Amino acid sequence: MEEATTPIEPSAATAPQVVAAEADPHAGAHPPHGHHGPPTGFIRKYIFSIDHKVIGIQYLLLAIFAAFVGMFMSVLMRLNLTWPGRKWTILETIFPLGAPGGVMTPEFYLSLVTMHGTIMVFFVLTTAPQGGFGNYFLPIQVGAEDMAFPVLNMLSFWVTLVGLVVLIAAIFVEGSTIIGNTDFVNNFLGGGGTGTLGPIGGWTGYPPLSALGKIAGPGQGAGATLWITSIAIFCVASLLGALNFITTLLNMRTRGMTLMRMPLTCWSWFTTAILALLAFPVLLAAGVLLLLDRHAGTSFFIPGGLVFSDAVLANKGGSPILWQHLFWFFGHPEVYIAILPGMGATSHILSTFARKPVFGYRAMVFAMFAIGLLGFFVWGHHMFISGMDPRTSIAFSVLTLSIGVPSAIKTFNWLGTLWGAKIRFTSPMMFAIGFVSLFVAGGITGLVLGQTSLDLFIHDGYFVLAHFHLVMGVAAIFGMFAGVYFWFPKMFGRMMSERLGQLHFWPTFIGVYGIFVPMHIMGIVGMPRRYASFQEYDFLRPLDPLVLLVTVAAIVTAAAQFIFLFNFIWSIFKGERASGNPWEATTLEWVTPTTPPPHDNFGGHLPTVYRGPYEFAVPDAPEDYILQTTPDAGEENVAAGAGHATAGQGVQGSSGNGHNGQH
Amino acid sequence: MGRALGVLIWLLTIGSVWLFVNGRWWLPPYISEHGPAYDRQFLITIIVVGISFVAAQVGLGIAVWRYGSRGDRRERAVYSHGNNRLEIVWTAITALIFITLGLMGQRVWAQLHLNEAPAGATKVHVVAQQFQWNFHYPGADKTFGRTDPTLVKDAELNFVGLDEQDASAKDDQVVTTLAVPVGRPVELTLQSKDVTHDLFVPELRYKQDVVPGMAIKMHFTLTKEGRFELACAELCGQLHYKMKSYLIALPAQVYDELVALPQAQFQGRITQLIKEYPMGIKQGTVTAASR
Repeated sequence: MEEATTPIEPSAATAPQVVAAEADPHAGAHPPHGHHGPPTGFIRKYIFSIDHKVIGIQYLLLAIFAAFVGMFMSVLMRLNLTWPGRKWTILETIFPLGAPGGVMTPEFYLSLVTMHGTIMVFFVLTTAPQGGFGNYFLPIQVGAEDMAFPVLNMLSFWVTLVGLVVLIAAIFVEGSTIIGNTDFVNNFLGGGGTGTLGPIGGWTGYPPLSALGKIAGPGQGAGATLWITSIAIFCVASLLGALNFITTLLNMRTRGMTLMRMPLTCWSWFTTAILALLAFPVLLAAGVLLLLDRHAGTSFFIPGGLVFSDAVLANKGGSPILWQHLFWFFGHPEVYIAILPGMGATSHILSTFARKPVFGYRAMVFAMFAIGLLGFFVWGHHMFISGMDPRTSIAFSVLTLSIGVPSAIKTFNWLGTLWGAKIRFTSPMMFAIGFVSLFVAGGITGLVLGQTSLDLFIHDGYFVLAHFHLVMGVAAIFGMFAGVYFWFPKMFGRMMSERLGQLHFWPTFIGVYGIFVPMHIMGIVGMPRRYASFQEYDFLRPLDPLVLLVTVAAIVTAAAQFIFLFNFIWSIFKGERASGNPWEATTLEWVTPTTPPPHDNFGGHLPTVYRGPYEFAVPDAPEDYILQTTPDAGEENVAAGAGHATAGQGVQGSSGNGHNGQH
Repeated sequence: MGRALGVLIWLLTIGSVWLFVNGRWWLPPYISEHGPAYDRQFLITIIVVGISFVAAQVGLGIAVWRYGSRGDRRERAVYSHGNNRLEIVWTAITALIFITLGLMGQRVWAQLHLNEAPAGATKVHVVAQQFQWNFHYPGADKTFGRTDPTLVKDAELNFVGLDEQDASAKDDQVVTTLAVPVGRPVELTLQSKDVTHDLFVPELRYKQDVVPGMAIKMHFTLTKEGRFELACAELCGQLHYKMKSYLIALPAQVYDELVALPQAQFQGRITQLIKEYPMGIKQGTVTAASR
């Protein structure tokens, strides 16, 4: 790059920031803060822990469990679509009512659709990147001893877990011979025992289908009630988490950790927390209204004059479209809640293994904020054909396409980061590169879907299914894998097997392309989503070979995930011992006195930060990376007081805050 | 490793592009006036998307191919924090392309949605219910009879709650197949009895939600005769995937004769037409313009 040799301003530029930071009561080396000491008992240490690191791992484990459940469901769906009517004896054993005789019922298929979506969106994509990695690493990366509100943090995890338990219960309350016919289920929750399994309204739960209870058909009874309850619980948990993230990041940064010296991961968790704080309350409110419609006889989403079995319902005055507005006002920011932490992790990991500073750090921060902000003004693109005012659609459409601009900036800058690099192809790097590839593949088709005119045909079909699975599903999950492989040594003190990591990457990367690219073609031919079978329509016949291809790819990809699971569990106990900074990275998680970090992260001495987060390949430096805690020559006296500048990393005369090249 | 990954990225790119260009799978042929404009905009967009996709993946492949570490610890990457000029240039170019595409993408929509159906359009009421489409024709008097939800009696085949006492209802027909004339504007009024459905005919290039509590109008003009599958595209419950009907596009004269038939003969004639019209565009009606 032509500005590669731009002279760096003298370090004096950073001096005022250091002074300013000293005024911060939380910053610098002060006695270990009082709100909690290391717990001793097993339960306080590992179960009801208020240590953000333990909570982060709890979130991560919850998400991995949920991801495997969700993945299992997706494989079942593929089996049903590819071999309709075929008997799967095993299914009858597990779900005697969902698959009587081993053949899946359509309502069973739809309940898989619903549960797969809900589990993946809420308990995987929202949970692991933010609740897991964010919880563990945000405090460490900004140089704090814990989250601002540790007890709240513990609560947010346990509330999330309750949400997951309630959601899984939703699968079993209807149609279960064990608990499906109890008085509680029948009377209080809205009835069960209809022979289905789980709610069938899709993860978007559009009313009136989801608002009317059993008269709307199977899958609308007790399971649907628990499903909404679970989402409402999840909203509360996310709100608690978001408050904590924002407060911690704004108030608890260590000395010298100015906003523009934060790793991009912190920016992504921060932006995500703001989105969660503003979006989840709306979904919570919508969920409460839907519960009232179901159980209190209200009509927020139920219009007048509905007819079921020749009888007119008493409801009046509700609007089904109102739910869609509320849902998508949450739902679109939710897409970014899922993907932004992946973007942050990818930037962080690409830079580390490219051994090169992030290209355009400032642009990356602004692009992230632009995506977050614009993300609140585009929810209507989910509703072009919903019957809302078609003029509004045009405004939503143009705004939607403009969101592609900051997304493109991110892509350009990732490529810019790799250009001229010295890439180390470790497992985390493979997944980070995979993230870029998949983010482009999935995101770019937003240009098609965002146009009102083109939506006339492709709405609610396999094209949109392919689009959002690639971008918010698979790309986000690649960000998570990159994060797991990257941070595992710090979290567990051991390395994951590199060989198994590579063995996991290759089939997964090929597999997800094999699953989701053909789905675009299905959408172009006109295949509608959420169909339990494609056998009814002649125009879908030519797609049979692609349906089979997707299923084969899905099975291969799913199988490959067990390599990851094995690697993860095996490495916790048997992995090679990790050093404190195995990747030769620069940010604060790699300067903790022990690995995994001690209870208060920095052993009672908070680090002082002297430079930006991605100082790789600095000319004339002794190593090709400089830790954020390494002082400049003129600042060594300050550093001596801070006690955490790693000896031997001092760099004479080079580098200030690291972003000066941009001015 | 880097080279292998670069090659894999390129292979996946080639494979993906091949799926789009091999000619085996594409949009079904269009049958409506706005079809050509839709298909053109779709093609332009896919080309822009394809070029961007290929460019980004090729770039990524080159980067991982070229810039792999040799394992020498003295080697250094290029020290750069970015390039503002480059940043501004590519942001501006992207913004220009995306926004232009976005504005172009409003044309067909505006034409269909911001204009009323022309006067004299053929009108049909669509009444959706769980897993069945009902189509209500006004009959020879071109006036729809009164309907009332309390009169709905599915067992007596009064699916739309038609008031038999109303004079203008006497000649109305309600069947489960949609027949419309070719070459004449058609206006459908969509209503649902129970939950949200969506009317979708792939060849029509039109999807429209059918929302209970609303009477949503949609209009279009057909250019080809034939019979086409009509599906529900919004999850409406257990048998959503089976909520199927047909759109039969008839010459205007045949259509006029059909709707003039008395109630008793209407269904029989529809059944006959379904047999007469094999699936797809009727041979011989494909005009030169559409090729």
